[in-house]
Amino acid sequence: MLAPTGGAEQGRAGKRPLVSIRNLSKQFSNGTLALRDVDLDLYPGEFVSLLGPSGCGKSTLLRMLSDLSAPSAGTIDWPGAESGDAYGNPEHSLGFVFQEPTLMPWAVTLDNVTLPLRLKGMKKPEANERAAAMLELVGLKGFEGSYPRELSGGMKMRVSIARALVTEPKVLLMDEPFAALDEITRHKLNDDLLMLWQRNKFTAVFVTHSVFESVYLSERIVVMAARPGRVMSELMVDAPFPRDNLFRTSAEYAHLCRLGSDALKKAIDA
Amino acid sequence: MSDTGSNIVAQARGTDQDTAPVFAAEERILGIPKSRWPGILAPIVVGILIIAGWEWLVWYKSIPAYLFPGPLVIAQTLVSDWHTLSGALWITLRITFAALIAAVSVGGALAILFTQSKWLERSLFPYAVILQVTPVVAIAPLIIILVGDVNLSLLICAWIVAFFPILSNTILGLNSADHNLVALFQLYGASRWQTMRYLRLPASLPYFLGGLKISGGLALIGAVVAEFVAGSGGSASGLAYRILESGYQLKIPRMFAALLLISLSGIAIFLATSWISHRLLHRWHESALKRES
Repeated sequence: MLAPTGGAEQGRAGKRPLVSIRNLSKQFSNGTLALRDVDLDLYPGEFVSLLGPSGCGKSTLLRMLSDLSAPSAGTIDWPGAESGDAYGNPEHSLGFVFQEPTLMPWAVTLDNVTLPLRLKGMKKPEANERAAAMLELVGLKGFEGSYPRELSGGMKMRVSIARALVTEPKVLLMDEPFAALDEITRHKLNDDLLMLWQRNKFTAVFVTHSVFESVYLSERIVVMAARPGRVMSELMVDAPFPRDNLFRTSAEYAHLCRLGSDALKKAIDA
Repeated sequence: MSDTGSNIVAQARGTDQDTAPVFAAEERILGIPKSRWPGILAPIVVGILIIAGWEWLVWYKSIPAYLFPGPLVIAQTLVSDWHTLSGALWITLRITFAALIAAVSVGGALAILFTQSKWLERSLFPYAVILQVTPVVAIAPLIIILVGDVNLSLLICAWIVAFFPILSNTILGLNSADHNLVALFQLYGASRWQTMRYLRLPASLPYFLGGLKISGGLALIGAVVAEFVAGSGGSASGLAYRILESGYQLKIPRMFAALLLISLSGIAIFLATSWISHRLLHRWHESALKRES
């Protein structure tokens, strides 16, 4: 078993942040203030959840982190990115999992997972090999030749995660990836996600509006409020990894969920 | 790390595979799925009833063949005049297919160009609409006079009628790629060409094929209409010209036989484009899948 990573506070000591967000604001062209003065540091290898009601700008924050959307004000720095990709862009060592699986319906599972590698010019045999290994890791061995239509919602999400991780990114951004799944599938995917995170040691940023999911998964929960979107508070989850059903039914988990719910309620009422 | 890693992997292996959708595996009769048979048999039965009723009406009322020929006379004419008619059929089909190929290449290429440059689309699309809404009968004489060569004129007329559905459908398809997939391509630094090749073109395929189905029929209609216009000038010899000629000579059974050939060609083109569409989409597109409910 892996040694417990310990609390985020400990893990953070002496490390410089991987991403440093300062005074970040985003105003849409229709005048909506999606985010206002967000300050946030992300540390290498940590699992952070962004928790908040809809409209609190958590998805917008992810889109700006991945350079899909430009900030109106403020900065996003990557001081902790030792090396970027061939272009020297740290942004390119990102993986992104959307709320929907967002697979190409005309391509089989394997081709969907090789896409990021092929776009970077990797030769087909090598890309196929890496994608097949990644698919095995997410529990989809034997489904390489299936079309997305032939897969269940949970399996499609697994393909989406495999595609995001196949480039071995430093940061995995997830935008409510399991919101549309049933609870049983969601729990399974939560466990698998933690397994992958412990194995590949990426930094995970997980957007959710579920207190329970955020407590189960993360080392640190950033609670956000809406209108305008802003950071309200932070909550440390010091429980050791690996976490399993025992943790899900523990008094500690229940206690942390209560703290999380209170913080969320405050954010909603604010 | 790999040891502990694989232990965790084994523990957490996903088993939500049992929730994957089930697709119908149907019983087949003569290689055709059982549920397809009513769709094949019903129109055949109706066709046989109509032909029998028609033949009976002609016989019962003793209508002469030069006024309204029965199906049997038409079939006899089709066989006896096959030499002339098949030549005419070949000419009409040649123009139809040439026009369809031109429609696919020009329509498809323009659609790609338009989605690459908004200005090009803004400047040229209205003219494509003008070409589409102007009745081909009205411009055909002009084209024949301007171009001179009859075959080329017919081709241009048929192309004008056929290319618009391909153009407008393909534009719609190219622009309908999932916006999250577009974002994903952007995230991985995909070039314009890669986004076109791996995302926009495949996403547009169902729309393009929808356009192709419409254009296939329109190319034939365009070819026949243009032949009618040119045929009155008396220099073409496709099926439409044969219909005109038979009308003047009161060879009404031959007129019907030519008409029958045009209809059959149209049906064949529709079936062929439907088949192509099914072949290309049946593994992935919602329109070509059958779910067990």
